[in-house]
Amino acid sequence: MNEAVPSYLSPTGQEIVFLLLGAVAVGSALLVVTTKQLVHAALWLVVSFGALAGCYLVLTAEFVAWVQVLIYVGAVVALLLFGIMLTRAPIGRSPGLDSGNRVVAAIVAVATAAVLVTVVIDGFRTAYADLTPGRGTAGELGSSIFRNWVLPFEALSVLLLAALVGAIVLSRTDIRGR
Amino acid sequence: MTTHYLVLSALLFAIGAVGVLVRRNAIVVFMCVELMLNACNLAFVTFARQHGNLDGQLIAFFVMVVAAAEVVVGLAIIVTIFRTRRSASVDDANLLKY
Repeated sequence: MNEAVPSYLSPTGQEIVFLLLGAVAVGSALLVVTTKQLVHAALWLVVSFGALAGCYLVLTAEFVAWVQVLIYVGAVVALLLFGIMLTRAPIGRSPGLDSGNRVVAAIVAVATAAVLVTVVIDGFRTAYADLTPGRGTAGELGSSIFRNWVLPFEALSVLLLAALVGAIVLSRTDIRGR
Repeated sequence: MTTHYLVLSALLFAIGAVGVLVRRNAIVVFMCVELMLNACNLAFVTFARQHGNLDGQLIAFFVMVVAAAEVVVGLAIIVTIFRTRRSASVDDANLLKY
């Protein structure tokens, strides 16, 4: 399927690193979906996000990789763990974690994966990005943000403020209007 | 090389989708949504690499920020539902059913 890839039979170092990181990402994502313990799911999510950050590094997207580590591994997973503890989830194995529509979910997942992989391989069979270091540093991304993407950036800051206020309003019990 | 990244992205998206469909705890459903968002981010960064410009990386950055905001509000909603219904299971929040 990859005739156009020059180094398919003799993989370069980048490809080996990518294959290892991809295997780690897919394996830990499968464990997130299948594990019986809630806290373990969050911890496997850390492994998956870390492997994805490594993939971003291989793709020479340094800034995105560090933001991934900071936001996802640092903030989002910590928030999810707090949520698990606040909802008093069982710490040990909890058997009722999966709902009954397992067969339907498997069918949907296989169909999704088949369609996406077929389309991707069909559409990008000859695409080969030669990986050279350079772009993707914080400086370049910053100048691009403040040159071409100022309005979405400002809208995002307002969105973050709205999320902050909304979370405070939702979680306080003494300011309900009833 | 691009194909490999896109296939990885598609696989992660499918795993996240099956998690959203099969899991019962709302927080694990959240984790699987995050997994799907990460798969999309990987596709964005791959296309940015492919086309040699930075717009895909910027959109991946924006997606991360929006996902952080979404997690904050979503967890506040889940905790509020837990407070009133004593359960974090998505099957118990069924008031909208007929």
